[in-house]
Amino acid sequence: MSDAPEPLHRALGLTDSELEDIRSVLQREPNHVELALYGVMWSEHCSYKSSRVHLKRLPSKGDHVLVGPGEGAGVIDAGDGIGVAIRIESHNHPSAIEPYQGAATGVGGILRDVFSMGARPLAVMDPLFFGELNDARQRWLVEGVVSGVSGYGNSVGVPTIGGELTFDECYASNPLVNVLAVGALPADRLVLGVASGVGNLAVLLGSRTGRDGIGGVSVLASAGFDGADGAASLDDAKRPSVQVGDPYEEKRLIEACLELLDAKLVVGIQDLGGAGIVCALSETAAKGGVGLDVDVTAIPLREEGMAPWEIMTSESQERMLAIITPENWDAVAALCAKWEVRATVVGHVVDPDVREDGSTVGMLRVRQGFGGPVVAEVPAKSLADEAPLYHRPLARPANLDEILADDPTHTEPEGNLEAELLELLIDPAWVYRQYDSQLFLNTVVGPGRDAALLRLAGPGLPRSQRGIAVSTDSNPRWCALDPRVGTAMTVAESAANLACVGATAKALVNCLNFGNPTHPEVMWQLSESVDGMAEACLALGIPVVGGNVSLYNESGGNDIDPTPVVGLLGVVDALVSPPPGWNWRDGDSVVLLGHRESGNDEPFPLAGSRWATKRGRRGGSIGSFDAGRVRETIAFVAGEVAALCAGETTDITAVHDVSGGGLATALAEMVAVSGLGITTSDLAGRGEFFAEFPGRFIVGTSDVDALCARAAAANVPCTLLGRVGGDQLVIGEQVAVSTATVANQRRNALEDQLNAN
Amino acid sequence: MSRIGVVVFPGSNCEYDAANAVADLGATPVFIWHSADDLGDVDGVILPGGFAHGDYLRPGALARFSPVMDAVQRFAADGGAVLGICNGFQVLTEAGLLPGALQKNRGLTFLCQPSTLVVASTRSVLTRNAEVGQHLSVPINHFSGSYTCDDATYNELVANDQIVLRYLDNPNGSRDNIAGVSNVAGNVVGLMPHPERAMSTLLGSADGRVLLSGFVGLSASVSA
Repeated sequence: MSDAPEPLHRALGLTDSELEDIRSVLQREPNHVELALYGVMWSEHCSYKSSRVHLKRLPSKGDHVLVGPGEGAGVIDAGDGIGVAIRIESHNHPSAIEPYQGAATGVGGILRDVFSMGARPLAVMDPLFFGELNDARQRWLVEGVVSGVSGYGNSVGVPTIGGELTFDECYASNPLVNVLAVGALPADRLVLGVASGVGNLAVLLGSRTGRDGIGGVSVLASAGFDGADGAASLDDAKRPSVQVGDPYEEKRLIEACLELLDAKLVVGIQDLGGAGIVCALSETAAKGGVGLDVDVTAIPLREEGMAPWEIMTSESQERMLAIITPENWDAVAALCAKWEVRATVVGHVVDPDVREDGSTVGMLRVRQGFGGPVVAEVPAKSLADEAPLYHRPLARPANLDEILADDPTHTEPEGNLEAELLELLIDPAWVYRQYDSQLFLNTVVGPGRDAALLRLAGPGLPRSQRGIAVSTDSNPRWCALDPRVGTAMTVAESAANLACVGATAKALVNCLNFGNPTHPEVMWQLSESVDGMAEACLALGIPVVGGNVSLYNESGGNDIDPTPVVGLLGVVDALVSPPPGWNWRDGDSVVLLGHRESGNDEPFPLAGSRWATKRGRRGGSIGSFDAGRVRETIAFVAGEVAALCAGETTDITAVHDVSGGGLATALAEMVAVSGLGITTSDLAGRGEFFAEFPGRFIVGTSDVDALCARAAAANVPCTLLGRVGGDQLVIGEQVAVSTATVANQRRNALEDQLNAN
Repeated sequence: MSRIGVVVFPGSNCEYDAANAVADLGATPVFIWHSADDLGDVDGVILPGGFAHGDYLRPGALARFSPVMDAVQRFAADGGAVLGICNGFQVLTEAGLLPGALQKNRGLTFLCQPSTLVVASTRSVLTRNAEVGQHLSVPINHFSGSYTCDDATYNELVANDQIVLRYLDNPNGSRDNIAGVSNVAGNVVGLMPHPERAMSTLLGSADGRVLLSGFVGLSASVSA
């Protein structure tokens, strides 16, 4: 150990070679403020410097795509003159340290991304990943994160309509908190974060700036936790990097910003999130090709004595940057006063500098006082767009073959299928009961089902009969064994979820949660995952309109399993009647739509299944996957359910996608929710009970012949499973358990674990 | 056609839903900003759900001081129909327009879920189209929704037939399963459940129409 102080650039998260790059951009030595600006803007979290070379391989084009990756949110044309904005982000590291505020500010941040596009936020979803609940710290994290989402989301007035809940030991030291938001806008209100018009004003809206969240993107989000216990041992050291949220401030900010946009009082608008005001200033200036002169002393502060570098990089929440014309200042100030939102002129749009070779460069100049001394002066584009791109080394994990060889599929242990089935049942209602899932009177299908379904309506939107569906999906168990195939299957699984509510997928956003990018194995996982996502998106015709990469999810040198989360947005053209849901009716026939077997050498692979993981069996091969093989089934189901949503009367009474826990689990879930039993013939052993591969649907029908005939015409396999009736779940000679037992087991599983000591 | 004022405090979030429900029933909603000192020409006024003034201090504690509440007091005193839904109910109790108080739910968590209400009185402007004993499916969505009051107040509520709605299965620990109460005259009503969220079978229930149709002055419920 040396007592020599750490060089400043390293303390700010910059490497020695990045310091060299900065010297070469500036042609001089950077000062402290400038180093701090580069430190946050060139952080992994802001610059995507390790992942960007891979993300380029994702397809992002589509006729209906209005805004693709790279803006606050992706936006699609949903029809009827309505644009739908969607965005997903991670708030993993802050939530590991301070679960309530970490999750709360995750919600706040994603909402600002959406309304900065001019869209009113209409829904939030939250995929959450924790360690197993037999540990007190995990229970503390779960309760903190869920109350944070609930406390902020309910109060800010945006319904939380779904999400995911995953428990796995790989997240014990690195919980993942991802947040997705959807908003809608009249297509002509679309606005981008661009500064333009020399002489225009840069106006900071919302909260005052404090010392909370300084270095959140660099010190916190772009580094792993050193200790093997994750955040547990360094709470105090990094806690000041966690921001604190105020949903009441955000609520007023949303209303004020949407009114400013409706009144056409702003030229451009951008949220302040990671990296704070320097990010908003440099990105808007870079996009507009202009310079910005900023008075750091004009920024309203929460506390005295803040240095310019702290003010410029603070991640204090509930702030927006608007570019307006000087003529509109009085109107902007009056409107903000009505909503009790602080509005302060902090800068001016200026001409770009002209270089000796005649080219122009927009400079971000930070001054003390307008026209006062310059404390930082850097090309805006160098901060926003010119972070180094890393082609980091990739390596397939050396022990992967060994892991793949340890296949659980044919090591059928002695055991009781019925007991094994029951212990896979878990109802996340304890979580979603704490979320307002109904605000705006749009929620046709809320949390706890295959996908959420909303009417496409909201204040200020043109009238529409359409609906939008959203699903978030991930399967780290698959992706740990084969990130490429696992990610492709996750995309297909998500499309299948949308089909259950009659929707056809129109856009995908992703949140790529991975470990430390300096580990070649992690970069291999990321690269493979991107390729798998691209393949599935191309096969299913889904453009990727945005994403987020969260790296350094590691503790004590151990990386999490690769966890690409996809958020899929779909549209239902006519929504006048609810989709069938899981409530099958007495006397219904129940069929399996889709290929009964996986299409691999192994028809019912148990590798990567929840069943296997529960038994500590984390190895084996998930085989290969061709999204084209399930495309027709997904389209058929989406079409059948869409007809019901449009008000047609058909024989279909219930639909549920087969996913986590496999076919037997899906049957048991429908038994639990409907309260009606079913009798099927034997399934093909443990494999068919619990194997997980996408493209299978359980469908209740009053006319099995008619349904199977329509399926056959669409080239979709249709297999009769059994008939609804009685008060037992009966699977041939393999399972006979009362519906009450199934329902109670499922209902109580989560709370029993949370209340255990 | 009746005009129904919908008061908007900073932090309100159910104002659009209340206005849509009113419009759906054929009445005309009018937003009234919290700083207004006059309600204008309205036949009834709704205080909608949300988190007025951030629910800082405690729900409704700051909103009762918004200028509009003086106008609501005068309107109520003149016999005007006033309805507080969820946060609006909390505001009405803080303002002294309704008896009792709302405390944190028994389980100390926020609850968003369906609930079954039992109509206890039809004397109020909210329940005049309903029948005593009628079951209505109307969702709840609150953290501080457990109704409480002292014994003297409770005895008065019973004696004056001011308990208008009860929960069938008490979700939050409210005294005597109380979901909604009125003033003695029956022109001021507050309830924690959200009737404006139960306007359409597409969204799960249309039973809220039975309640709101009475409030907006229609003689019979309109089917969804």
